[in-house]
Amino acid sequence: MRRNKVVGLGAVVLTLGLSLTACGTTEDGDGGSDAACDLKLAFFGPETGAAAGLGKPIIQGMQLAVDQYNDDADCDVEMVKYDSQGSPDEAPSLATEVAGDESIVGVVGPAFSGEGAAAGPIFAEAGVPTITPSGTNPGLSTNGWDTFHRALGNDATQGPAAAKYIKDTLKAASVFVIDDASEYGAGLAGIVEKDLAGAVTGTDTIQTGQTDFSTTVTKVNDKKPDAVFFGGYYAEATILIGQLRDGGYEGKFVVADGVKDPAFLDAKDAAEGTIITCPCIPDTDPAVATFAADYEKEFSEAPGTYAAEAYDAANVFLDGIESGIDNREDLLAFVNDYDEKGITKQLKFDKTGEPADVHVYAYTVKGGAIVPEGEIK
Amino acid sequence: MKNLGFRDKLTGLPKPVRILLWILLALFAYALPLLELPIISTPGVDFGGVLFTVTIYCLVALGLNIVVGYAGLLDLGYVGFYAIGAYTVGILTSFHANWPLLLAIPVAVVAAMVSGVILGAPTLRVRGDYLAIVTLGFGEIIRLTAVNLEWLGDARGIKNIAKPPNIGDEKSGLFEIPHLLWGNGTVLVDTEHPTKFLVFGYIDQVPYYWMGLTAVIIVLIADILIKSSRVGRAWEATREDEDAAELMGVPTFKFKLLAFSTGAFVGGLAGGLYASRQGFINPLSFLLLYSILFLAAVVVGGQGNRWGVLLGAILVAYLPQRFREFDDFRVLAFGAALVLLATLRPEGLIPPRRTVRAKQLEQELDELEQGTDEGEEAARV
Amino acid sequence: MNFEFFFNNLPELTITGLAFGAIYALIALGYTMVYGVLQLINFAHSEVFMYGTFATLWTVIALNAADANGIKLIAILIVALFASMALSALIALALERVAYRRLIERDAPRLIALISAIGASFVLAELMGLRDRIAGWFGLEDDLSEYVGKARINNSMAGTLEKPRFDVAGVAISSIDIIVIVAAIGMMVLLDQFVRRSRLGKGIRATAQDPETASLMGVNPTRTIQVTFLIGGLMAGVAAFLYMLKIDTTKYDVGFLLGVKAFTAAVLGGIGNLRGALLGGLVLGVAENWGQALFGGEWRDVIAFVLLVLILLVRPTGLLGESLGKARA
Repeated sequence: MRRNKVVGLGAVVLTLGLSLTACGTTEDGDGGSDAACDLKLAFFGPETGAAAGLGKPIIQGMQLAVDQYNDDADCDVEMVKYDSQGSPDEAPSLATEVAGDESIVGVVGPAFSGEGAAAGPIFAEAGVPTITPSGTNPGLSTNGWDTFHRALGNDATQGPAAAKYIKDTLKAASVFVIDDASEYGAGLAGIVEKDLAGAVTGTDTIQTGQTDFSTTVTKVNDKKPDAVFFGGYYAEATILIGQLRDGGYEGKFVVADGVKDPAFLDAKDAAEGTIITCPCIPDTDPAVATFAADYEKEFSEAPGTYAAEAYDAANVFLDGIESGIDNREDLLAFVNDYDEKGITKQLKFDKTGEPADVHVYAYTVKGGAIVPEGEIK
Repeated sequence: MKNLGFRDKLTGLPKPVRILLWILLALFAYALPLLELPIISTPGVDFGGVLFTVTIYCLVALGLNIVVGYAGLLDLGYVGFYAIGAYTVGILTSFHANWPLLLAIPVAVVAAMVSGVILGAPTLRVRGDYLAIVTLGFGEIIRLTAVNLEWLGDARGIKNIAKPPNIGDEKSGLFEIPHLLWGNGTVLVDTEHPTKFLVFGYIDQVPYYWMGLTAVIIVLIADILIKSSRVGRAWEATREDEDAAELMGVPTFKFKLLAFSTGAFVGGLAGGLYASRQGFINPLSFLLLYSILFLAAVVVGGQGNRWGVLLGAILVAYLPQRFREFDDFRVLAFGAALVLLATLRPEGLIPPRRTVRAKQLEQELDELEQGTDEGEEAARV
Repeated sequence: MNFEFFFNNLPELTITGLAFGAIYALIALGYTMVYGVLQLINFAHSEVFMYGTFATLWTVIALNAADANGIKLIAILIVALFASMALSALIALALERVAYRRLIERDAPRLIALISAIGASFVLAELMGLRDRIAGWFGLEDDLSEYVGKARINNSMAGTLEKPRFDVAGVAISSIDIIVIVAAIGMMVLLDQFVRRSRLGKGIRATAQDPETASLMGVNPTRTIQVTFLIGGLMAGVAAFLYMLKIDTTKYDVGFLLGVKAFTAAVLGGIGNLRGALLGGLVLGVAENWGQALFGGEWRDVIAFVLLVLILLVRPTGLLGESLGKARA
């Protein structure tokens, strides 16, 4: 008896779900033929899953740009989210879906280099312009995809800047390089290691998700380096620096833009003095400060990693839409010729889609805040 | 019980009718992505692409079913074989050589099978749940090796993996097949975005689905043949009572190893096809989580019953995609669905016939043993 | 291979390995006890642990431990320990009720219980990962932002606790590591005595040996199973508390990796065996550190698993052999 009831309930839920989606489909069908100004921008990246924490600031940065545009636009641009869970697995099916929906004129993403590599050929073939706010693998721009653009410096531009800072500003004679075995972290650490060559006295690898770094701490203490460079994201960096400081390490800690997140400040005192390199304009610039204030007002948290890049990427597309563009082909041409000041950098893309003009800045953690220190030249 | 009735009805039909039914079913399966049926179709993600993923899960489930369902070996690292298949194809067609896909796939399945023997030979002697953790470790070792070795593309992965060869002209194929378009109560034929037969490009996922489905059907037929052979009976005997089987002259270890490597073979095939459609692989596609999902597909469907595990695979691969409108609640919903399915159908959605028979026998024995308890028993059911 | 470094730092590597291994061991208890009684892999046990870490964190936030020190801080930490044990135990009991009981009563195949546990594990982790959204339904996300914010990223209580190190014969030892090791071993001894001597403990052992006979002898199976889950939950709560002392940071999916490791530890020591769980945890913790020291961090987990396979080949039922039933001195 009891079992039947449960099945019955299941059936009701099922029918409800079905009728709901049926509505959704017909609505979509109507919209397509309606008006030319019914355009969409897509977010492509993780909304759920293990990488969701990195996806959230990107979604919110993009959302802010779209909302601000819609506030005084005649016809709204819709933001649609394609949740890849950060895995290259789902990327092709999702990219194909994006390609099939002609009203999507631009994609902010793919968020990670892996999914970017899997989805890239599809976007290229469909002519969907993409701007990734966070995928830093240098190899992505060498595939001949006209549609690929990157709103941040890749590993090959950030790595040398970090190495330069360690060599010239910190004047570190010995450096210990740690990476997190991710595409981003290992790529970056590899370049730093190569650039610093003789100064590197030791290396170690941690795993993303690992939380006990005691052996790495012992290794660092064994070498007593002047500086430690960590290639990876803020999640591991926060724990790592805490354990390094608890373990008695007193040298410099240098990281890159994957750590420029308010969550890194959770490490409290241990975070103090950390050097963060980032190809993003400091918020002493009024436009950047306005963005930070607006973001905080909207989402009641400070902008996280890559939120500003996502904001920039969305605004490139929105500028195009504002100028009257209503299709992918024109928008792609528009993005390729774009040359405006964004909040992270001058947004101009070279032939391969890399930002034409990347300046890397150094930031320090001081008094519980990430403060700019100046450009690394 | 209903299930049994369906089966009886099916076997009761004359043979030509049965074959006709199967052919119709297969045709329907092939036509599915072209029909774009509302309700079944997946909003927010390409239906052809999802169906391809479903076929890969079906392949994996059929392979894992041989290990878990037929031979009763709990394998929590099946993704390792899948990864070996995918990486072999990646290396041979792009990273270190330029082989055509059709040559690389056989090598990939053999590589997976050999690794199955290498892993199985020492470890199949450990019993039951120990095997689970050993295989889990194996899956992780494979993934971490891929992450750490530059020779395997490390975390950056392998790109430009070969596609299957086209049949006919690259621009248009042999002929074009239109899709259906479902509007408000009307059905249109969409001739603007036809599927080209048979061009393996980037955007159209349907040809990959057909490739996957064909592989599923071939494996399915092989599965039916093996299961009804001496080997299939030996597996069943080993699973039910290893000591008794050994006593009756079944070399159980050999048969377990055979099941393990046969399963690995199918896993490698699935991985190879997956790599080819994907065009790009990196270690993120071979997380431990996938082993768990694969196992969930087999057990939820009904381990030991090939139709059950196919259904399970379809559910596990399809449901999270179909209900994308659940947004960030979809993993939660999927988890709840697993608990619910397990509680409502503990034998799996379609349990194997043996289980049904065994249950009946048990019930009869129970009734004979304790006739007085009959009333109580009935009340509980 | 870096032998020089390895031998120079052997004591430190070993002690830090033991400390994390002790946490593995406490989590492993939950796997091993449930396995001993039910022959089930309690896959969702990792989430029981995860909820404990959040109970500790939330207590620390609620009682404002960041500004406290001395006796007050110790008092807050003790409250946090109990909160952690309570929430973990509660989750463990809920898990038994929702994901397992029906399946156990109907004598369902063991694998389906594993799937049910996997589903429950997804649900528990996602509930934590979506807590900002769920609080939003009740309009509480702003009031509770300290607790439900950062739902998908790390939550940290760093800075609450000083972790002084002291030198013993030239080896730097962290005070926290010593606390963790001592506390974990202390809990183990207590539990071991409990299972050996108390009536409930004997019931657990009897059920593990022969459930039918045990129930004939007046041991209520459902109650015994509940007690087993309860103990596993309490121990996971202790592990979660110690983990937070040591690491300071947790996340909605922190349980998954630790759970896999703890389960590995349980198998290593001989699943179903309490002392085996302790030994397995410690061995695994030390092996990971030694492996990382010798081969580099990228091979850390590989070494742990290879070691497991090797041990199982030599001793097919783990280091100390299985069976909770025979868990006697």
